[in-house]
Amino acid sequence: MSAREDIMNRIKSALRDAPATPVVPREYRRTSDMTAAQRLEQLVDRLVDYKANVFLTPAGEAPARLAELLAGSASIVVPHGLPESWISGLENDGGTPAVHVDSPEHRLTTAELDAVDAVVTAAAVAVSETGTIMLDGGDDQGRRIISLVPDRHICFLNVDQIVEVLPEAIARLEASRPQTWISGPSATSDIELERVEGVHGPRTLDVVILT
Amino acid sequence: MKIALFATCIVDAMYPRTAQATVAILERLGHEVVFPAGQACCGQMHVNSGYFKEARTVVANHVEAFDTDDYDVAVAPSGSCVASVKHQHELVARRCGDTALEARAAVVGAKTYELSQLLTDVLGVTNAAEQLGSHFPHKVTYHPSCHGMRLLRLEDRQLNLLASVGGIEMVELPEADQCCGFGGTFSMKNADVSSAMMEDKAANICGTGAELCSGGDASCLMHIGGGLSRQGSEVGTLHFAEILASTLENPVTVTGEVKLAGSKR
Amino acid sequence: MSSNTFLGMPSLPVFGHGNLNATEAFPKAAHRELGNEQLRANLGHATHTIRDKRLKVVAELPDWEDMRNAGAAIKDATMANLPALLEQFEENFTARGGIIHWARDAQEANEIVTALIRETGETEVVKVKSMATQEIGLNEYLEEQGIAAYETDLAELIVQLDHDKPSHILVPAIHKNRSQVRDIFLREMPVVDPLLTDEPAKLAEAARRHLRKKFLSAKVAVSGANFGLADTGTLTVVESEGNGRMCLTLPETLITVMGIEKLLPTWEDLEVFMQLLPRSSTGERMNPYTSLWTGVTPGDGPQNVHLVMLDNGRTAALADEMGRTALNCIRCSACMNVCPVYERTGGHAYGSTYPGPIGAILSPLLTGIKSEENNSLPYASSLCGACFDACPVKINIPEILVHLRGEDVDSKRAKVKVPTQMDLMMKGAEWAFSGGAKLNLLERGLPLGKLAAGRDKVIKKLPGIAGGWTQSRDIPAPPSQSFRQWWAKEHKPGAAVVPGNTAEDAGNGSEGEQP
Repeated sequence: MSAREDIMNRIKSALRDAPATPVVPREYRRTSDMTAAQRLEQLVDRLVDYKANVFLTPAGEAPARLAELLAGSASIVVPHGLPESWISGLENDGGTPAVHVDSPEHRLTTAELDAVDAVVTAAAVAVSETGTIMLDGGDDQGRRIISLVPDRHICFLNVDQIVEVLPEAIARLEASRPQTWISGPSATSDIELERVEGVHGPRTLDVVILT
Repeated sequence: MKIALFATCIVDAMYPRTAQATVAILERLGHEVVFPAGQACCGQMHVNSGYFKEARTVVANHVEAFDTDDYDVAVAPSGSCVASVKHQHELVARRCGDTALEARAAVVGAKTYELSQLLTDVLGVTNAAEQLGSHFPHKVTYHPSCHGMRLLRLEDRQLNLLASVGGIEMVELPEADQCCGFGGTFSMKNADVSSAMMEDKAANICGTGAELCSGGDASCLMHIGGGLSRQGSEVGTLHFAEILASTLENPVTVTGEVKLAGSKR
Repeated sequence: MSSNTFLGMPSLPVFGHGNLNATEAFPKAAHRELGNEQLRANLGHATHTIRDKRLKVVAELPDWEDMRNAGAAIKDATMANLPALLEQFEENFTARGGIIHWARDAQEANEIVTALIRETGETEVVKVKSMATQEIGLNEYLEEQGIAAYETDLAELIVQLDHDKPSHILVPAIHKNRSQVRDIFLREMPVVDPLLTDEPAKLAEAARRHLRKKFLSAKVAVSGANFGLADTGTLTVVESEGNGRMCLTLPETLITVMGIEKLLPTWEDLEVFMQLLPRSSTGERMNPYTSLWTGVTPGDGPQNVHLVMLDNGRTAALADEMGRTALNCIRCSACMNVCPVYERTGGHAYGSTYPGPIGAILSPLLTGIKSEENNSLPYASSLCGACFDACPVKINIPEILVHLRGEDVDSKRAKVKVPTQMDLMMKGAEWAFSGGAKLNLLERGLPLGKLAAGRDKVIKKLPGIAGGWTQSRDIPAPPSQSFRQWWAKEHKPGAAVVPGNTAEDAGNGSEGEQP
C-alpha cells in the first residue's frame, strides 16, 4: 500500500467517531465602515510605525516624486507593466538612473538585480488596519524576485486600492497568483524579542500613495 | 434564602475559620445556612492528577450530598473547588461512562457559587462596610487565584468586596495575574518549578509593603503563606471571607501564621 | 521505503518518531535549567516583552474573540473533513504543476527529501525555519547523507552556529541574549567584523552579510508551511526577515514539508488566520512578509515545486477524541510566552521540538504517552490556564493536560506493580473523601498534627513525595477542631460573628501570641 493510501486509511480510522463539522461563525468584521480619508490616515500611521517612508503625492506628480526619491541612484529595475508615465521624469532627466526593465522576454539575472539600487513597483491592494501592501505578480508588479533582491523597494499605491480590513483584501485577491504581502521593511524580533528593521529583504521601503 | 455551604476539604480540615467567616457573613445578611453533612471534597486533586477512577467516587459523594431540593443555592469559599464542581464533575462522569451521575452533576454545578459571585451577583453586596459592617484596618494586597480568574471569570468581585471594607488599605500586587505555583500535586511533582513560581509571587507580595496578602483560595494561600513563613517573612495570608467577617466590634484577630508585619514592634 | 508498511487496514494509532521525545523526566530537566540564572534572566526578559506586545495588539481589535471563535471552528471543521480536504488540496496543487509526496513518519520524510535533493545534484540547501523539519530531524539526517543544510532564519542561524538546540518554536534562540549572540557570531562566522557590537540591528546586519551569497547562489531550498488552502492548493509561509522570500523565490527547486493538519478548507479562511497568527506570535499587526504560492508559476520562482505531506503521529493524535484539538495548533507560541513554567525552565527542559504548554500535550499525543519520558510532560503545568486564554484557536490545553495525565495513570494501572506513593495517596484520599463521616473520622486526628508541629507551630519537613512541598514551604499546624466538628457542636444560627476568634481556635495555622 502506498504511503498516501496508508495515511488516508489512518485518518479515516482516527475519525471513526465521525466528529461533527461546526458551522463557522463569521461574526468578525468583514467590511469597513471607515471613509477613504480614514483608511488613508490609518495606513500611513501603520506604515510609519513599521519604519516605512510614506509619501502622499497627487497622481500627476508621481514622476517628479520618483525622480526626487531616486536622486543619486545609479540604477533601478522596474516591471515591464509599470505605467510609463511614472518613470518619465527619470528619462527626461537624461536617463539617470539607468532603468532596467524586467519582462518575460528579458529577465534580469539574480546578480543583475543584486547590483541595482532600487526596484519600483505598483501593488494589488493594501490593508490599512494592518499596514500591509499586497503584491500579486501583476504586470505592474513583476516577478517576486525583483521586489526582493534590491535593497530598496519603492512601491506606488493608488488611494482607491486601500481597504481597511484583511477580509476585504482577501476578496480582491486571486489565490492562484504568487503573492507577497509586505508590512514594512524586513525586520526581525529574534534577539530578545525586540523588533529591529533591516535583515534580508529590502531594508528600505518607500510607499508613494497617489491621492 | 437557604444557602448550602460547601466548606471544601482544605478549609474544613485546616482553615475552619474561613468557613466560619462565610457562615457569619451569610447569616449577617439574614440568610439561613445549612451544611450538608455528607460532603467531603470536590475531587479536583484526583482529577488534576489523572486519577479519574478515584475521582468518580469523590464526585459521586459530592453530588449525593448536594443533589437535593433542601436549599436554594450552594456556596464555597474557593474559586478552584467551585470551578471543579461546575466544570470537572460532568467531565469525570462522562469519562467514566456514568450518564446518570453526569446529569446530576450538571444540576449541582448549576446552583453552586463561589462566595464573591454569590455575594455580588445574587445577594447584591456592593459595599461590605455598609452591608456587612466589615472593618479591617490593615494594609492588604490581593492575589487572584487562577481558577477563579480564568475558569469562573470572577474578575474584580473579590477585590471590589475587599476594597469596600471599612478601614482597609488595599495595595496593588504587581504581576497579580501570574500563577502562585501551587497547582495541587504539581507543587510536589514539580516542586522546583512550583517553588520558583512561589518565590517570585512572594517577592512581589513583600514588595508591596502590605501586612498580608488576601485571596479566595485557601490552597493557594497555604502555599504562598507557607513560602513566606519559610522565608522568615512577617507577611501572612488571609482568606477574603475572614476580612469581610471582621467588624469593629468583633475584629478578626490575625495571629500565628498570619501575624501582621510589624505588629510586635 | 518506510519502517511502517501495512498490508491491510492500519491498526491505530501509529505513533511518530524523531525529535519528539523527552529523554529525561521533566522535573529532573527543569531542576537543571532552573539552576541557570542567565537563562532565567533571558527568558524572563523576552517573555515579558512579547506578552506586553501581544496584549497591546490584541486589545486593538474589537472582534478578537469573534476571530478566535471562527479560527477554532475552522480548524475543527478541517479535522472532521481531513480526507476530503487533503484530496482537494492535492488535486489543486498538482494541477498547477506541484508534486506531492506522502510520508508516514520522520524516516520516510527524510528519505524523500534526500532523494529529491540528490536528483538536483546539489549538496547544499538553504532552509526556512520549519517546525516540521525540526521535528523529523532533517538537518541531522541530511548531514549524515553528505548534504549541508543552512538555516537562514536569524534565530535558527544562531542556534545552528552555536551547535545548540532550539528552545522556542518561534524564536529558537530565545534563551540567548544579545551579547551571547555577538559572541557566537564572532566565534563561528568565517567572515565577521571583529568590532561587531551587541546592538540587535548590527547583529541582524552581520547575519545579512553572512547569508547573502548563499541566498543568491542556492539551487535548492527546503521550507515548512504555515497553511495549505484546500480549495485553491495554495501554500503559505509567514515570516519577518525576508529569508523566507529568498528561499521561496530564488532557488530552482523548492521542497516543502508540511504536516497533514496544516490545511484550511478555503482561501477565505486565510482572512481569519492571518489576523490571529501575527498578533499572537510576534505581537505585530502583521508580520513583515507573507509568501503564497500555488504549484508552479511559469517564469516566477522555483520551477520544481515539491510538497511532502507528513503524518508522523498526527493520525494518532487525531484518533484521540479528547486530545485531537491539539492538532488545531498554528504554532504561534503565545502559550509558551505566557506560561509561568516555560518562563522559568525554558524550552530545553521539555526535550521535544515542541516545548511549553502545547508541547506538553502535542509531544505525548504524537509519540504516545508511553514513549520514553514523555509521560512526565503532561504534569509540567500548574493548570493555571493562561495558555488557554492566549491560544488564538482556543485549544483547551489544561483540559487535555488532565486528560493525558489520566491516560498516563491508566496505562500504568494495567501493569502489575507496586503502587507508587502517589497511587497510595490518591487511594487514601479517595477513601477519606468518599463520605463526610470518613473525613470527620480523619479530622479527629488533627490535634496530632498540631503536636507534630511543635513549638514553631509549623511543620517544616514531611517525608516522601510530600517532602517536595516542605522543600520550600512550611505547613501550618492544623486547628484543634475541624469546621464540621465546630458546626455540629458549637454553631449557633444567627450569631453573625466569627466564633472561636481566639488564639486557640484560630484556624489559620500556628497560633501565635494573643493580640
